[in-house]
Amino acid sequence: MDIYLLEAIINGILLGGVLALLALGLNLIFGVIDVVWIAYADLVMCGMYVIFWLYAEFGWPLPLACAVAIVGVAALGVLVHLLIIAPILGSAPINQLLATGGLLFFLQSFATLLFGTEFRNIGIRLPIIELGDIYVSSARLLAFAMALVGAVALYFFLKRTFIGTAIRAIAQDRDIVGLMGVDQRRIYLVTSAIGGALAGLAACLLALQYDVHPFIGNTFGPLIFMICVLGGLGDMIGGFVAAFIISQIISIGGYYANTELSYVLAFAFFIVLMFVRPRGILVR
Amino acid sequence: MLSLAAVSAGYGSFRALFDVSLEVPRGEAVGVIGPNGAGKTTLMRVISGLIPPRGGAMTLEGRSVGGLPAHRMVEQGIAHVPENRRLFPRLTVEDNLRIGAFIPQARARFVEQVERVYDLFPRLKDRREQLAGTLSGGEQQMCAIGRALMSRPKLLLMDEPSAGLAPLVVAQVFDLVHRIRAEGLTVLIVEQNVQQVLDVVDRAYLLEVGSIKLAGTSADLKGNDFIRKSYMGL
Repeated sequence: MDIYLLEAIINGILLGGVLALLALGLNLIFGVIDVVWIAYADLVMCGMYVIFWLYAEFGWPLPLACAVAIVGVAALGVLVHLLIIAPILGSAPINQLLATGGLLFFLQSFATLLFGTEFRNIGIRLPIIELGDIYVSSARLLAFAMALVGAVALYFFLKRTFIGTAIRAIAQDRDIVGLMGVDQRRIYLVTSAIGGALAGLAACLLALQYDVHPFIGNTFGPLIFMICVLGGLGDMIGGFVAAFIISQIISIGGYYANTELSYVLAFAFFIVLMFVRPRGILVR
Repeated sequence: MLSLAAVSAGYGSFRALFDVSLEVPRGEAVGVIGPNGAGKTTLMRVISGLIPPRGGAMTLEGRSVGGLPAHRMVEQGIAHVPENRRLFPRLTVEDNLRIGAFIPQARARFVEQVERVYDLFPRLKDRREQLAGTLSGGEQQMCAIGRALMSRPKLLLMDEPSAGLAPLVVAQVFDLVHRIRAEGLTVLIVEQNVQQVLDVVDRAYLLEVGSIKLAGTSADLKGNDFIRKSYMGL
């Protein structure tokens, strides 16, 4: 087998990890609160700035900067829910889309105002690992491993705890959970915090690989939405699988042609799949 | 234990309950019977806090509980088995029971209580890892009752436990009610199946178009000409 193709496949898998993590967060929010956070990728951008400032500017240790970013974006998720989503929970879905879409422009413009438009790098260069003739970026490997750890932690939280069980239940029948002693508003807050924390974790993993700038959310935000819709909105397993399919298309397409064309291929695949499996790849 | 005084309720401009007063003494089983659309389900939803009352007073063990939201009512000791069971179909039986024990005082005793529910309904133990949506109708009713028992309630509300079940299964469900009563629980049960519910309750109320029309012991109501003619087809 062509060694460069193998390298592209491995890179695709590694890229898929972070995308899958973000798809899990978005699907969790959608499944539980029934609202789409259009500005989800921009929460990641906020987290990347937190890491940049704390680590590169103020000289904090990286793990501490990452912990603050995760907690900070989780708190931002709670604020998004309290200030934007909660007041319009009962209104038409289009209003909720417009409100979180407005948040996207607010966050991007606010970041531009505060930090300017230049690309900033936290200045860590992790070594390239050589496996025989294959070169793998250890930053990507680390990101992939941490994304899997995050996904597994989320799985056990949802499966094994009372609050996790309530989160899964509320996505199935939200009118009746009150009879089990579950306060819906509290579950929504916990879910928003978890969604934010996943975005914060993704910010830590992406900050090792990419420069941060106010519009970095635009480079992978649309990708995450495509992945979630492809997997079936709210279907966490479907989204997880779709993330790896899309990342393979982008990575292998980039190897045979170029990165731009690989995105064209990924979106073309998406459009075709919408006709074949409109409710998600795992749903017939 | 539970006492309602002149409670009224409704949806929008529609009034479903007019000055309903009733008493559920500790340790008794009380039935509410009546035709479709009489307001029986509304009455249950008001007691469990899913709908706020529009007027009147509601007390549980002497404490006023009127207007509390549903999740606070569970903490006060009221558990509600809703109409059509409303299990979480894509959760396992055990997860359905787990969410029934969500309130803090029940969580701490989850392991002990889940064993009690399995003792009461051994069938659920066999099916513990199965998705609730794949259970038979009778098993689903067991699971719904078990889920309500997980919060260790003082008062159990049951809304139409026999609805939508085959006649043979209906008999099994009323047998379940007998078993729960034997546990010493106070029960308020709403049913259209008048003949069978009068066999398991101590007293009953007849609700028609949102008002209490008749009340008495089950023996009284079984002998009442109006009930016999209109609701038992005798």
